[in-house]
Amino acid sequence: MLDSKIPAGKLEDKWTDYKGHCKLVNPANKRKLEVIVIGTGLAGASAAAALGEQGYQVKAFCFQDSPRRAHSIAAQGGINAAKNYQNDGDSVFRLFYDTIKGGDYRAREANVHRLAEVSVNIIDQCVAQGVPFAREYGGLLNNRSFGGVQVKRTFYAAGQTGQQLLIGAYQALERQVALGNVKMYNRHEMQDVVMIDGKARGIIARNLINGQLERFFGHAVILASGGYGNVFYLSTNAMGSNVTAAWRAHKKGAHFANPCFTQIHPTCIPVSGDHQSKLTLMSESLRNDGRIWVPKKQNDSRKANEIPEEERDYYLERRYPAFGNLVPRDVASRAAKERCDAGYGVGTTKQAVYLDFKYNLINKYGKAEANKHGIQNPDTETLIRLGKEVVKEEYGNLFDMYEKITGENPYEVPMRIYPAVHYTMGGLWVDYDLMTSVKGLFCLGEANFSDHGANRLGASALMQGLADGYFVIPYTLGNYLADEISVKPIPTTDRAFVETEAKVNERINRLMSIQGTQTVESFHKRLGKIMWDKCGMARNEQGLKEAIQEIRDLRADFWKNVRIPGGIHEMNPELDKASRVADFLELGELMCMDALERNESCGGHFREESQTPDGEALRHDDQYMYVSAWKLNGEHSWELEKEPLNYEVIKPTQRNYK
Amino acid sequence: MEHYNMNLTLKVWKQKNAETGGKFETYKVSNISSEMSFLEMFDVLNEQLIREGKEPIAFDHDCREGICGMCSMYINGRPHGPWHGTTTCQLHMRAFKDGDTIVVEPWRANAFPVVKDLIVDRSAFDRIIQAGGYVSVNTGNAQDGNSIPIPKENADKAFAAAACIGCGACVAACKNSSALLFLSAKVSHLALLPQGEAERKERALNMIAQMDKEGFGSCTNTGACEAVCPKEIEITNIARLNREYVAAGWASDTKKH
Repeated sequence: MLDSKIPAGKLEDKWTDYKGHCKLVNPANKRKLEVIVIGTGLAGASAAAALGEQGYQVKAFCFQDSPRRAHSIAAQGGINAAKNYQNDGDSVFRLFYDTIKGGDYRAREANVHRLAEVSVNIIDQCVAQGVPFAREYGGLLNNRSFGGVQVKRTFYAAGQTGQQLLIGAYQALERQVALGNVKMYNRHEMQDVVMIDGKARGIIARNLINGQLERFFGHAVILASGGYGNVFYLSTNAMGSNVTAAWRAHKKGAHFANPCFTQIHPTCIPVSGDHQSKLTLMSESLRNDGRIWVPKKQNDSRKANEIPEEERDYYLERRYPAFGNLVPRDVASRAAKERCDAGYGVGTTKQAVYLDFKYNLINKYGKAEANKHGIQNPDTETLIRLGKEVVKEEYGNLFDMYEKITGENPYEVPMRIYPAVHYTMGGLWVDYDLMTSVKGLFCLGEANFSDHGANRLGASALMQGLADGYFVIPYTLGNYLADEISVKPIPTTDRAFVETEAKVNERINRLMSIQGTQTVESFHKRLGKIMWDKCGMARNEQGLKEAIQEIRDLRADFWKNVRIPGGIHEMNPELDKASRVADFLELGELMCMDALERNESCGGHFREESQTPDGEALRHDDQYMYVSAWKLNGEHSWELEKEPLNYEVIKPTQRNYK
Repeated sequence: MEHYNMNLTLKVWKQKNAETGGKFETYKVSNISSEMSFLEMFDVLNEQLIREGKEPIAFDHDCREGICGMCSMYINGRPHGPWHGTTTCQLHMRAFKDGDTIVVEPWRANAFPVVKDLIVDRSAFDRIIQAGGYVSVNTGNAQDGNSIPIPKENADKAFAAAACIGCGACVAACKNSSALLFLSAKVSHLALLPQGEAERKERALNMIAQMDKEGFGSCTNTGACEAVCPKEIEITNIARLNREYVAAGWASDTKKH
């Protein structure tokens, strides 16, 4: 049975009580303990840095050429924190409440409350590191709004917040490298977890430069390896983002929780052709100032600027007057799909809607600037010119990026956008200590399932990654390692290391020996299409059953017909990719099984069979108020364990953003 | 925007590993859409090579959104190709026309040895950061984020410097393979903020010492780095670094005497 180990006591006291009573490791003993951290995004880099500062001997791994490249770097819009600097009614409770509600009541209260509590410390820590957040003229920190929320609690650095936060964490990490507390392994990819006497005690990693397998011991192993959105082939994830570390842990007994909970982000640049290798996000923060619309007429072929105001349907403002363009992501994505499916889509593919800045360029920023400069009765042109300056400062890099990709100038014509896979709420099951169901194996950040339920609110991923790494794991890891201080480092000549490495080696040899006729990429594309069509924004029983069979067939085909060029003991990016795609082929099946089992709609998981009369997600709390934790039993065989969700403080209701 | 297809000739640097020499190979690609990114054109080429039973070309790339700093191609004699303020991954094929020949090389610098084909080893940049590119603040002892107001102008300038993605284009563009634009961006970022004040002097001295140790050359003052920087990091950062360095050197000299 899974035990979430949620501390007793009142919700708002749990974390404080935990910190006051958890077991500690004294500084002398910390120096004798070795910790492995996989991944150097916000969660991994912050964990490695914080644990290094405490004196643990940390080994950190990333597959990129530098820890600074991890995909957190691409996060754009911001990071939430319950600072209430805006005096607009924010509080720890409200951030907690918004996150639970945004997640459609499928997250644990205790974890989310802790997240809201430490959110304020994150901002302080980042400022102290020199993260250059946006500031007001008075020199204090600025905020903006994100979806699903009615306060301004998002801290940001133009459209590059993830970059600035990650560089802060990277610098803290490199400082620990310089001090000798962290040893950094770039271009290394974890291949398996080494288990000794039922506990995670190390890893096998592949050196991506020379293809050699290497063994590493750790008293504990921390996975912070990110999400698995690339199972869809096209997503906003980086090309290298993968599920491999988490999946290999799953194969060693770690439960995988809520795999079907995927976030489809409403505002991405639409697909332009078959050559497309990835999709690019246009930050949710743009919905602060952009209005989403489609023509009122079906199949309208006029250009956006030729369609008069009264013939535009601002469908989010129409359907959700209270939140308007700032409804949560799952709601906005489905609404866009609904309009496009009904024939109102725009652009050459008709799979797009407009995100239009003109109104706020003129009326919000233009007028404010004109007032500031004392310009009386400005004409529209002047207002646009003045407004443009402000918009450029707020989002400039995003507008430039849009223009580079599409060749269109979004200051002049509205952006065309469409939903795309962006984030995965599901991940390895963890308890309150962020430990998986494998002893000594922890999981942080997007790779775990813990905080976002069935839908993540914008600007909360950065918050969770840094909360887990800077402020949670330093306590909960100590609580585990306190009982391990007498364990001497186990030599990597131990049988467990040798045998695990042999299995990894065998798998790589098997992949290389297939020498079929089809490229890795072609399999990945086919898997992505199945997932997007049948396990994407809308899912139904028949489609999911078909998808499971199609994925099984594709997987069998892959192991017969894939062609991987090059050799094993050299740099071989195609082999790296093949190994990751092989794992995606297994994960895809589990995602469809999970989506099939959960015959309700919640958050990003929309079962067509379960919707309200006006097309909103309809939950069935009487049947599905649980976390689905899947345990692997064998080939194509999983067992579902249910962790009930007990809401003690919040009363779950039908989400309403009207 | 008008879309079109093109046929291209590519001359690409192929090199097995750091120990062996390399040479240019010529490839043909056809029906490349003007809507593709430069790296998507390489995807098409690599798929073609694999199907023909040949070795694909190894190149670094990850986010493909111009922010991770991993992509690093020297295209027609210019790091990241012809577009101003653009990484290789954000360069799109409408920058080229049917029949063009495109020459693609790795970054060339002694401090960035070639790993394979177009991939180089940029770990020297990490070591420069290790020498002092941080604020020494342990987790948990920070005061409230609003306790020190920072003039917006300084915060904005610090941000503009901190926008550096560490790709190394500045080094690749420089005749002397100097890393000064990269280094000065980090020193400026932290020198402009009160949080960076305490370690300001040691930071400049130590980072420069590390840069010299890595084998980067000295500044040419020609501004080639600024011209190719995909994040438009300004050369004024180098001027600021020089001031920091002189001031720090002066201070440490005075201490010695």
